[in-house]
Amino acid sequence: MLSVGQLNEGVVLDHIQAGKAMDLYRYLKLGDLDCCVAIIKNARSNKMGRKDIIKVEGPIEILDLDVLGYIDHTITVNIIRDGEIVEKKELSLPKKLVNIIHCKNPRCISSIEQELEQIFYLADEENEIYRCQYCEEQYRHSAKHRLY
Amino acid sequence: MRHLMSPLDFSVEELERLLDLANDIENHRDKYAHACDGKKLATLFYEPSTRTRLSFEAAMLNLGGSVLGFSSADSSSAAKGESVADTIRVISCYADIAAMRHPKEGAPLVAALHSGIPVINAGDGGHQHPTQTLTDLLTIRSLKGRLGGLTIGLCGDLKFGRTVHSLINALVRYENVRFVLISPEELRVPDYVREDVLRKSGHEFTEVTRLEDAIPELDILYMTRVQRERFFNEEDYVRMKDFYILDKEKMRLAGPEMMVLHPLPRVNEISVEVDSDPRAAYFKQAQYGVYVRMALILTLLEVNVC
Repeated sequence: MLSVGQLNEGVVLDHIQAGKAMDLYRYLKLGDLDCCVAIIKNARSNKMGRKDIIKVEGPIEILDLDVLGYIDHTITVNIIRDGEIVEKKELSLPKKLVNIIHCKNPRCISSIEQELEQIFYLADEENEIYRCQYCEEQYRHSAKHRLY
Repeated sequence: MRHLMSPLDFSVEELERLLDLANDIENHRDKYAHACDGKKLATLFYEPSTRTRLSFEAAMLNLGGSVLGFSSADSSSAAKGESVADTIRVISCYADIAAMRHPKEGAPLVAALHSGIPVINAGDGGHQHPTQTLTDLLTIRSLKGRLGGLTIGLCGDLKFGRTVHSLINALVRYENVRFVLISPEELRVPDYVREDVLRKSGHEFTEVTRLEDAIPELDILYMTRVQRERFFNEEDYVRMKDFYILDKEKMRLAGPEMMVLHPLPRVNEISVEVDSDPRAAYFKQAQYGVYVRMALILTLLEVNVC
């Protein structure tokens, strides 16, 4: 396997669906960060066959885990300190999404008041259903990778 | 500070207190005649709705308060492009409580989030119209003495009728309510009401097409209007609009205690010959609408009358 420099302090996003790392890079706005970011594409994986990996040199706080959880809560998040994995964070569907998805209901107030934050709340965790805070329009988080 | 956005904002216990207060207002009007002296209600109606607006205004005037506001977006600052958030911030400086109707769904919630005074949703598009549901509940409870243990027929446009959906949502919180859903095939209740509300609640419900078949077993018949604006083509509307007409002949099939309700305005779905039937309660329902709005204003303003 291609060797990428070892991470001493940072976060490794593992088990990303192959080919999707660049999409995640965009949604997590990793391009705006000053720190070192490495993207590994099509790495071999026993579990997935092929997978993508993203390594970010910096504290976990710089990543929006809500965005990550919404995009794909099956991604593994490893926290690295002194070159070792010290914590594996479980992702879950966030209870609230702010400005991540947009309401498509043309009758919703958010369609005309542009300055409003687009807020969705998790209405049904089992069926992964979100509802717009304003009009309650339903958004099914169908399978994963909705935003990919 | 509390607002009213949805009929389910109140718990069953809170609702009982509100309806008790409305009944007390009904029976002791004088006691409440000055309860809101010096207080102002702002009616912010971005689309016309004479009935609801006047009902709110009558409620506040009955309490000794005053009203101000506008009755269409054209006569408001919205015509100049002001946001709902800014409008309510300003209105909060002028009034003590606001009732808002807006064609866009969620607009009253936006107002509530930016308001310094209680906001009542007086109807937001096809979304919610909580004071209509409160009116319906007060009418049923006042006329029948209870909200549970009733067989309720809902007739007409059950697909687009938000009053019907709200009423079902409110009534499934009571025990032994049986629903009879009477509609043409094209206007049956949406799946989410059937599956997520009715079936999940465990309440018994049936869906039928013929009003004549259902009417003998009903305690309440809630008629609704088929709304022209919900149809994409005129042909479908014309075909549906007179699907149900409640007349004297059908009323003969109903029990002596059955009550007929309607959120009004009606078009053809209730023949005027039914108006003189003692079981026709839809104009009384409009009166209950004023009482429940009075009770709501007092509750949200936290005014206690001894």
